[in-house]
Amino acid sequence: MNKRVVSLWFPRLSSERFLRARPIDAPFALTHIHANTQRIYCLNAEAERQGLRKGMGFSDARMLCPDLQTSLANPQADGQFLQTLARWAGKYCPWVGLDDDGLMLDVTGSTHLFGGEGGMLDDLHARLDRASLSHKTGLASTRGAAWALARFGGGRIPDGPILPHIGHLEVAALRIGDDMCNAVQRLGVRTIAELAVLPRTTLAHRFGADLLLRLDQALGEQPEPVSPRKPPPSFSVRMTLPEPIGLSRDVTAGLERLLVRVCETLSDQQKGARRLCFTARRVDQANVHIEVRLARPMRDAARIARLFERGIEALDAGYGIDQIRLEATEVEHLPFRQTTHHGAVEGDSMADLITRLGTRVGLENITRHLPSDSNIPEKSFTVAYAAYSEPATGGWYASPPRPLVIFPPEPIAGYSPHPPTRFQWRRMSFRTEQTVGPERIAPEWWLDNPDWRSGLRDYWRIYTREGRRLWLFFTPQNPAWFVHGEFA
Amino acid sequence: MTDLAPSTKTLHANFPLRSARAHEVCGSGASVLASISCGVSGGQALWISPTHQQEHLHPEGVTQFCEPYKFVYASGKTQTDVLWMAEEALRSDAVKVVVAQLSKPIDLTAGRRLQLAAEGGKTLGVFLIPEGMGSNAAETRWRCSPHFDAKDSTLHRWQLIKNKSGTLGGWIVRWDEQARRVIVVSKVIE
Repeated sequence: MNKRVVSLWFPRLSSERFLRARPIDAPFALTHIHANTQRIYCLNAEAERQGLRKGMGFSDARMLCPDLQTSLANPQADGQFLQTLARWAGKYCPWVGLDDDGLMLDVTGSTHLFGGEGGMLDDLHARLDRASLSHKTGLASTRGAAWALARFGGGRIPDGPILPHIGHLEVAALRIGDDMCNAVQRLGVRTIAELAVLPRTTLAHRFGADLLLRLDQALGEQPEPVSPRKPPPSFSVRMTLPEPIGLSRDVTAGLERLLVRVCETLSDQQKGARRLCFTARRVDQANVHIEVRLARPMRDAARIARLFERGIEALDAGYGIDQIRLEATEVEHLPFRQTTHHGAVEGDSMADLITRLGTRVGLENITRHLPSDSNIPEKSFTVAYAAYSEPATGGWYASPPRPLVIFPPEPIAGYSPHPPTRFQWRRMSFRTEQTVGPERIAPEWWLDNPDWRSGLRDYWRIYTREGRRLWLFFTPQNPAWFVHGEFA
Repeated sequence: MTDLAPSTKTLHANFPLRSARAHEVCGSGASVLASISCGVSGGQALWISPTHQQEHLHPEGVTQFCEPYKFVYASGKTQTDVLWMAEEALRSDAVKVVVAQLSKPIDLTAGRRLQLAAEGGKTLGVFLIPEGMGSNAAETRWRCSPHFDAKDSTLHRWQLIKNKSGTLGGWIVRWDEQARRVIVVSKVIE
């Protein structure tokens, strides 16, 4: 059976991707900066009707079409969109490759499922029309010919000789670069048919092997397969056991074998697991899960195995387990690192400890403080999850002095701006001996903080006869006294 | 001066706290002793508190005793969680000091387990307990409170109220930030 290839081209992929989210009924273009000039990257049909075209300078375009609406091009999002389309195109055939602004489908042997080639193309067109994506398709026996057809008009070539059908197309349809295309045209060779009759030796001498390769590929004399997308790596393995097991020692042994395989895959992909799920299927068909969240991405089988210990001990094996499965449900990038002469990387044992504690109380409950740029005492540091942050060695300032312990403000009696000489706090009475202050701290008016609604605060350090050194503040705009912290 | 030297000696026989043991501290200045212990240990510290607790350390206030980045904070819903975390952390070699804030008394079994965990992991355990709720397994127990003095506003009164391997005592002490050590100002006459 001869090969049949569909080339699918989306001439307005970028702009239509943008307009799908925000439909605009007016001339619209995406711009990018190319060769130091803002140029038009992709435009809609309305803009093309006004005389604009791709690659035109943005200022020229604005002059031609004053009501042009624009946005910045986002090639990365376009790439993702194309990946999505490739996944969708998997409904027609399993071999879907990416092309520039288009897709390449090797539909050999799958067209009859859609009522022949015509039926498949009709279905493809109808669905793309419904998605309001402008498209052009070419169906031929070779990749090159299908590409040429899609880019230059569209159509379908029946199985058989190709040259008569694409001979009238320009040489640019051969997927040769602009430079070579210009050089060939300068010789007076305009179409593929004119090129095909030229002596091959001369062509090879003059333009190199590339031009002949492209020509042969288009005409089917050189094979060119469609390379499908790589399947996403799978980080899950399972083991089915001939006899049910129940001892935690056996489950651990099984888990270790699975872990080695998962960690090899992770290592190949330079990834590290952040969350692992171990599933044990019991003979009564019930599944028991153990989930481990790691404080940092890891792929060290022995260390991860130790983190499962607690879960395996608590596992209810019932009448026995006959299948175990391990999946890294969350992975992160973890590049290879130079190992040091003493082996372990610093901080590993801390990460293990955080993971172990986190499996019981939750990783959210394990935190560390990071410096933050604010004068507000409660906000001069931020609380970050220890599993997702690195310790900040610098950036801490201790002047003016801050209390060792801080708590939400607790009101005490008193309305005068002078610090009270005697006061009650937490059912204890205090006599003030020395006062240091005031230190005025103004609220951050640009943020609405409900705790600071009472306005300015005058902070005082109060040394009491009873010994305790408290941090009091007075709010002059709403006269009241509060205790906010305690000094060492 | 003659009686200062022996008093200094007795404090420094017990402080810095013996490593690989669990100690208890009570009183309003307990977190000061715990922070100083973290600072002088030179390693990482885990500070465990109950989730409902509103009071917490202010890193800028901690800087005088210890670099704030050395602290990792954990919070547990119940005292069982807190004790479990303390035991796990004491057994691991990731941290040098484990500070845990307890709100209920612990029995001898729990105290002994913590002591064994501290010995196993060679980690210092400091447990901040409410007044009079210690367990008999603790190596030492301290009562700490700030002390008022008109001339010096940084004094603390530290009393050693239980000691498995030595005598008891009380001292007025001051933290010397430059020397990074505790200086005995005077002995407390009971």
